[in-house]
Amino acid sequence: MKLTRIAPLGALVAASALVLAGCASNEASADGNAPSGSASATTLSGTINGIGSSAQGTAQQSWIAGIQTANPDLNINYDPQGSGAGRKSFISGAADFAGSDAALNDEELAGSFAMCADGTKAIDLPVYISPIAIAYNVEGVDDLKLDAATIAGIFSGKITTWNDAKIAALNEGANLPDATITVVHRSDDSGTTQNFTEYLAANAADTWGQEPSQTFPFQVGDAAKGTSGVAEATKSAKNSITYIDESGAAGLSIAQLKVGDAFVKISADGAAAVVADSPLVTGRAAGDLAIDINRTDTQANAWPLVLVSYLIACQQYKDAATGSLVSSYIQYVASDAAQQAAAAQAGSAPLSAELSAKVIAAAQTIK
Amino acid sequence: MTTTVPGTTETAALGEVSGIHPPHVPLTGGSLPRGTVWMVLVCGWLFAGAFFALLWAADITTTFSLVGTVFFGTVLFDIVLYVISRIVEGARRAKDRLVTSLVSTAFVIALLPLVSLIWTVVLGGLARLDVAFFTQSMRNIVGEGGGALHAIIGTLLITLAAAIISVPIGLLTSIYLVEYGRGPFARAITFLVDVMTGIPSIVAGLFVFALFALIAGPAVRNGFMGAVALSVLMIPVVVRSSEEILRLVPNELREASYALGVPKWLTILKIVLPTSLAGIVTGVMLAIARVIGETAPLLLVTGFTFSMNYNLFDDRMMTLPVFVYTQYTQAAGVSAQASIDRAWTAALTLIVIMLVLNLAGRLIAKIFAPKRGL
Amino acid sequence: MTTKATVRIGDRVFSTTTVVAGAVILATLAAVAIFLVIQSIPALVAGEGELPNDSANFWQYVGPLVFGTIWAAFLALLFATPLSIGIALFISHYAPRRVAQTLGYVIDLLAAVPSVVFGLWGIVVLAPLVQPLYQWLGDNLGWIPLFAGPISGTGRTILTAAMVLAVMVIPIMTAICREVFLQAPRLHEEAALALGATRWEMIRMSVLPFARSGIVSAVMLGLGRALGETFAVAMVLSPAFVVKLALLQAQNPNTIAANIALQFPEATGVSVNALVASGLVLFVVTLLVNVLARWIISRRAAFSGADA
Repeated sequence: MKLTRIAPLGALVAASALVLAGCASNEASADGNAPSGSASATTLSGTINGIGSSAQGTAQQSWIAGIQTANPDLNINYDPQGSGAGRKSFISGAADFAGSDAALNDEELAGSFAMCADGTKAIDLPVYISPIAIAYNVEGVDDLKLDAATIAGIFSGKITTWNDAKIAALNEGANLPDATITVVHRSDDSGTTQNFTEYLAANAADTWGQEPSQTFPFQVGDAAKGTSGVAEATKSAKNSITYIDESGAAGLSIAQLKVGDAFVKISADGAAAVVADSPLVTGRAAGDLAIDINRTDTQANAWPLVLVSYLIACQQYKDAATGSLVSSYIQYVASDAAQQAAAAQAGSAPLSAELSAKVIAAAQTIK
Repeated sequence: MTTTVPGTTETAALGEVSGIHPPHVPLTGGSLPRGTVWMVLVCGWLFAGAFFALLWAADITTTFSLVGTVFFGTVLFDIVLYVISRIVEGARRAKDRLVTSLVSTAFVIALLPLVSLIWTVVLGGLARLDVAFFTQSMRNIVGEGGGALHAIIGTLLITLAAAIISVPIGLLTSIYLVEYGRGPFARAITFLVDVMTGIPSIVAGLFVFALFALIAGPAVRNGFMGAVALSVLMIPVVVRSSEEILRLVPNELREASYALGVPKWLTILKIVLPTSLAGIVTGVMLAIARVIGETAPLLLVTGFTFSMNYNLFDDRMMTLPVFVYTQYTQAAGVSAQASIDRAWTAALTLIVIMLVLNLAGRLIAKIFAPKRGL
Repeated sequence: MTTKATVRIGDRVFSTTTVVAGAVILATLAAVAIFLVIQSIPALVAGEGELPNDSANFWQYVGPLVFGTIWAAFLALLFATPLSIGIALFISHYAPRRVAQTLGYVIDLLAAVPSVVFGLWGIVVLAPLVQPLYQWLGDNLGWIPLFAGPISGTGRTILTAAMVLAVMVIPIMTAICREVFLQAPRLHEEAALALGATRWEMIRMSVLPFARSGIVSAVMLGLGRALGETFAVAMVLSPAFVVKLALLQAQNPNTIAANIALQFPEATGVSVNALVASGLVLFVVTLLVNVLARWIISRRAAFSGADA
């Protein structure tokens, strides 16, 4: 084969390779200047990897960006594969920390953790609070009011039309169409479904009749994958209703919820109020802040349909360097600045000052 | 249109004499005039259009159905054309016209989703088609901005590595199957390659994950693992398509080469492979296309990162399909639209990369293929 | 007098290399099979209450999934096979020469679209587009069991997923069919035309018989893709644990690969083993289908340029 034929091709390939191998412009600049004044005397460096809840994904993005900007040699990777994947990976040693919509259960706590020093366990620290919305797409209905029993009826398939008596009773004067309700729920297992079913099991047990679980238990309506899938399905189908993390509900109308005697609009503050009003789970290790959410909270403006997401870390790591990085990261995450940044991006509720202080204190015990 | 059929009077006379009556097959048939096909097609659409317009006017349907018009118009066209052609030209020509129209319709039907897809991707991807997208990664980006350079480099490196692994193995296997293989080993390999085509991509990912967890521990994630997972998916496609192409090389070429004293291996390398080069390159391109868009295994074994990574053997790497998937599913909160825009532009980039690779492959095939004779 | 032929070293090295390549494939497949079997055992022996969906045993869990997988793949191939053959014929024999090359590229472009994008397109464009059609079918032809209601409000049914799968599978099948049709011996084609055959008759006599094994190969590849397609189905389908033939409803049988994708991230313990075991079942199903196809091909001696 003639050299003259290969040479031009080779030159082309080499040139394009050089061009493509150019550094990303945003990383070059980030490495170049360390922001003055915000970094401590010694900046953090190293790599830690986390896997976990996709609900935390947007918040994690802003937290990682924040801490990496202040510490340019630090590399944190958070893989939003799902809470179950996160806990599995953490237990098997595939991840340095995990993000999870559910705290470690007793069975998992009884086992061993590959990343942790012998004899120590893992702790759950709440870092993300997000309200769950009941979103709907019905023409002509702007201000839907629902209570737990009606929601249970709709999502279990007992209430099938929009102008059903039970819905009309709560919404006097609303123009409810005579149309079948298209229920949209999650097809994949998710923390959102877990929290939604926990709320219904606590507030409308006889209508709902099912144990809380990550899988939607009824074969009613359409199922869609992920928050974005559910949002897309609800937007494109007429007369549909779904439960969805509030951050994904843009473009849909959100129903008001009956809490106690009043109808409450969804709000991050309401979600935070419920979490503040909830006790910690008893019988866990010191430093473990798993929360037993008070689903039947009836204080004013509370929004009990809430999701709390945790970061799971070892009390003591086998590798001290990893331990100190994880500790610093969680302390940053629970700080007011980071929580406000996440709230601005993801629409979550920032941790209350009290809870934030508890989380930071617990994170400081991580070695 | 009248036709004169020469010879009918003679055959009729013959029939009367001999008692044998041959079937009446006109030696020359009539022919439909040139514009008939298009005329019938347009008439068909017009009729269907009128029908659906009537339905709309009579309030039976809410909107004028364009899809219905085109579909039923085309069906009408097929039927009418077949009937007319059968009457005028005879059964054989009528069947030929019918097949022609069916084949053309098949092509148009396949084009529709393609056009729709490309249109959707281009429309969605235009928003972020800027320099920043191709020169930045997602490190420290919150909300707007950022780019997919880390994903582009990742995809190119991993696909290249996967091709380097799969093409030699796949090609050599198909050479074995076509040139050498007789007996149980060859039959087993053929069978197993078929089985391999059906491995779901996520199972390939799980397998590679388990394999490397055994060797290097469960925490390891790198681009090379992704390349191995992709080659598990690529190899059967390469084997299947090259095998078909190699089988089509005429035996005369091989035998001429042996007759001249060329050893078997040189025959394969210098005669068989160059002859079938175009087909093999198509097969390799197909295989690359099969895996370049795979999300599931890469999600599992190559991981997720915001930053650039040039090292295949160390640490997580971002790839375009994973980027598209995570940007779309993570689109939440205030800057949801920014994420969705990035997702579409990344999808567009992936398609363009594939287009470039395809063209490059065909160029290579054209440069290195021997001149075709007859 | 017979003399043993001298075996050249080049030949020896080359043939050994090809055998090694084949052995690598064997080894890889064996490793995959072993991995699948080991990981599946806990699920195969699991009893009541440990498996997802309250299944009493593993077979109850995987049964609807197997049905869904085969049904979706069958529907997809039903749409895709005639279309692919038609398109390949069009490109190789009907289209004008200059246009044919470009058309070939255009169809190959479809193969480059990632499955995630197909999923997105399915949700955003296809499902809303076909939903009114489903509604019409359900209202007017609902007495046919396939079209029985209640009709899905979003259009994300198994028929839609099958359509998306068909669009994904068409470029692969078309590319192989096209290559094979192009390789049909020109002399045969021209002889047929010279004898007065119409174009269709020429194709039927000298192209299709020649291409039979190639077409089956293409269908096999397409089937493999359709059976194993994960994300497109996961995003487009509205799944439920049912076994039914109805095409237009909101509860559809799920496919094995999509089920793994949906449940794997959140699965723990025996559920993970159940998912891997369902992957093993898919493996076996693909195996059986391939055995069937190979048997069909072998019934007719395939034309081969090489002395196979």
